[in-house]
Amino acid sequence: MPPRLNIIVPVKRVIDYAIKPRVNSAKNIVETNGVKFSLNPFCEIAVEEAIRLRESKKDLVESITLVSAGSAKAQDALRSGLAMGADKATLIECPGIDDAKSLSLEPLAVAKLLKAYIDKEGANLVILGKQAIDDDSNQTGQMLAGLLNWPQATNASNVAVDDDGIVSVTREVDGGSETLSAPLPIVITTDLRLNVPRYTKLQDIMKAKKKKTDKLTPSDLGVDIAPRLEVVSLSDPPKRLGGSKVDSVDSLISKLKDVGAI
Amino acid sequence: MYPEIIRDPRFGELTQADIEYFKSILPESSILQDDQDLSGYNIDSMRKYNGQSRLVLKPRSTEEVSKIMKHCGERKLAVVPQGGNTGLVGGSVPVFDEIVISLSNLNKIRSFDEVSGIIVADAGCILEATDMFLAEHGYIFPLDLGAKGSCHIGGNVATNAGGLRLLRYGSLHGSVLGVEAVMADGTIVNGLGKLRKDNTGYDIKQLLIGSEGTLGVITGVSVLCPKRSKVMNVAFFGLDSYEKVQKAFVKAKSDLGEILSAFEFMDRESQDQVAQFSELRRPLDEQHNFYVLVETSGSNRSHDEEKLQEYLEGLMEAEIIDDGVLAQDETQMKNIWTWREGIPESLARTGGVYKYDVSIPLEDLYLMVEDCRAKLVEKGYEIGTEESNIVNVVGYGHLGDGNLHLNVAVKSYSKDVEHALEPWVYEWIQKRQGSISAEHGLGFAKRPYLKYSKDQSMINLMKQVKNVYDPDGIMNPYKYI
Repeated sequence: MPPRLNIIVPVKRVIDYAIKPRVNSAKNIVETNGVKFSLNPFCEIAVEEAIRLRESKKDLVESITLVSAGSAKAQDALRSGLAMGADKATLIECPGIDDAKSLSLEPLAVAKLLKAYIDKEGANLVILGKQAIDDDSNQTGQMLAGLLNWPQATNASNVAVDDDGIVSVTREVDGGSETLSAPLPIVITTDLRLNVPRYTKLQDIMKAKKKKTDKLTPSDLGVDIAPRLEVVSLSDPPKRLGGSKVDSVDSLISKLKDVGAI
Repeated sequence: MYPEIIRDPRFGELTQADIEYFKSILPESSILQDDQDLSGYNIDSMRKYNGQSRLVLKPRSTEEVSKIMKHCGERKLAVVPQGGNTGLVGGSVPVFDEIVISLSNLNKIRSFDEVSGIIVADAGCILEATDMFLAEHGYIFPLDLGAKGSCHIGGNVATNAGGLRLLRYGSLHGSVLGVEAVMADGTIVNGLGKLRKDNTGYDIKQLLIGSEGTLGVITGVSVLCPKRSKVMNVAFFGLDSYEKVQKAFVKAKSDLGEILSAFEFMDRESQDQVAQFSELRRPLDEQHNFYVLVETSGSNRSHDEEKLQEYLEGLMEAEIIDDGVLAQDETQMKNIWTWREGIPESLARTGGVYKYDVSIPLEDLYLMVEDCRAKLVEKGYEIGTEESNIVNVVGYGHLGDGNLHLNVAVKSYSKDVEHALEPWVYEWIQKRQGSISAEHGLGFAKRPYLKYSKDQSMINLMKQVKNVYDPDGIMNPYKYI
């Protein structure tokens, strides 16, 4: 019998993937007023993978716990994950963080919070999204593995746990795939191709209401979350200029010369 | 092409002099005569109806349309007004050598009033582009349908298109406030009213809405647009009987009330068909006999969610639905919608589709699909086997509007299958006082069957109207009536 898995899935609430973010007129934050937020897609994949591990083998998984850090609204992300099938959730409510300032909760602070949480509650597997689509940092998983001094397998496209508790993770690399294996405990970050998350069943949404959500604060965990970076400015990507049609090869060439392309 | 129909000898034949005249009023790029250029305008989107027009004109203004029509009227040259050419009844393509008047160059939004929500736009504006323009101002076009990326709003009005938002925003007969059109003799009718209330005389625009180009060419429309809802939710259920689908609908009306914006149903066969061609995960893992997509649009997230929650819990408790999912983000919402909107496309992949777009009292709606399958089997057809021509018989549609799409997908069109289905389908509808065309219109395909939905006195009145506005019959001939 392998050791039973106590899985922690850190999740983040971000601006919905389908929404085009807009920078505010002061050029210092991304507009969040009236914007739809959802569970970060990579986090959703991480929750799905934890549930699939449970479904793959009876008694393999002991518990799946979600953790999110941020404003009180991060509760939404936890609720989505609970409805997908996680067992319980913990919200680390960070004072001074709201939708507009969510980027000032930096990867290192989140990794420290998670490290402190795991030291306190225990776990032998962390599955998290490789990055959040708001800041695209792709750092939290790696930093957490470093702080915990656990092995890490990033950008997973397949995850398997054998009877001896050895975890094999396949990752897509240039020119093919690479498989890493390591004993528990381990930190795994998920790539897009790992799985397709399930839709949330109505029954599970109702059941999720009865599931427990604990609350903690950074000071409960003894972590300082003060940002170390300063956002100097934000700007929208340059607007695409409209194209134009030309009626002959000669005029095409002269146009290209005009703009200095040839 | 169509042996049973002959070209109307009253119509003039296109001559070089006509072309020269058109060249004098239109730029060269607005006149198409090449076979290659013409083919897309001659054939419909289902590749079922193919005309032989030798000329496509693409006017850039209402005045240009007027000059074209004046000339055609004098010369008795028959014309087909054409929008995005996405119609499903062969109404937008020529039958013989009618001149195609494409509205695609008339594509400007003329004005938009932020307070009233009234948009005035050229007929050739693409529906999706118009809706995106409105979205920037917080409004929504009161019509949405699968072909939104290509269809024109003028064509939508000319065919009185129904679509996915009808349940919420009503028919175009209500939301279109004004129509600008060019009549058969070139007269410009300036009816671009921007008033909600106007009881002064006959409401002529109502005749143009849904006239399918048989009375005049619509060149501009003014439409009252509702505010775009801030909050949307999409749920998808599996149910085991059509009876339960109806129960879920009744409950949706009472529990969701004013936030209900779509109630679409689909049978198992239609979903299996989509699954064959879709790479997306199915919303529900297990099989069900029926599926329902419910969409809500409202203004207050917690209020909407509370209502929806109560509705869904009620459905589960009463065991009306077997299973269901609720979209958690925009991507899931869009993906769930593809399971409804992707049905026609997945059917088209088999070869050909006999489409019946019918309106029948709700209780009998699905019986039609079951009877149709039985009828085909009785006539000796197999459905969905390797050898059989008939691939699938599916039913789906806008349950909220009493509108069923019965689709028979075949490997290739055959007279045989057609005769097995028609006029049986129409007689079946007539018996239940239904409509043989709920939202697709009459066009070329349904013209012979009008009598199954309208009695002779009504048809006579329609013919009188046609004769008044188009005495020479040059507007979109061989169709409609």
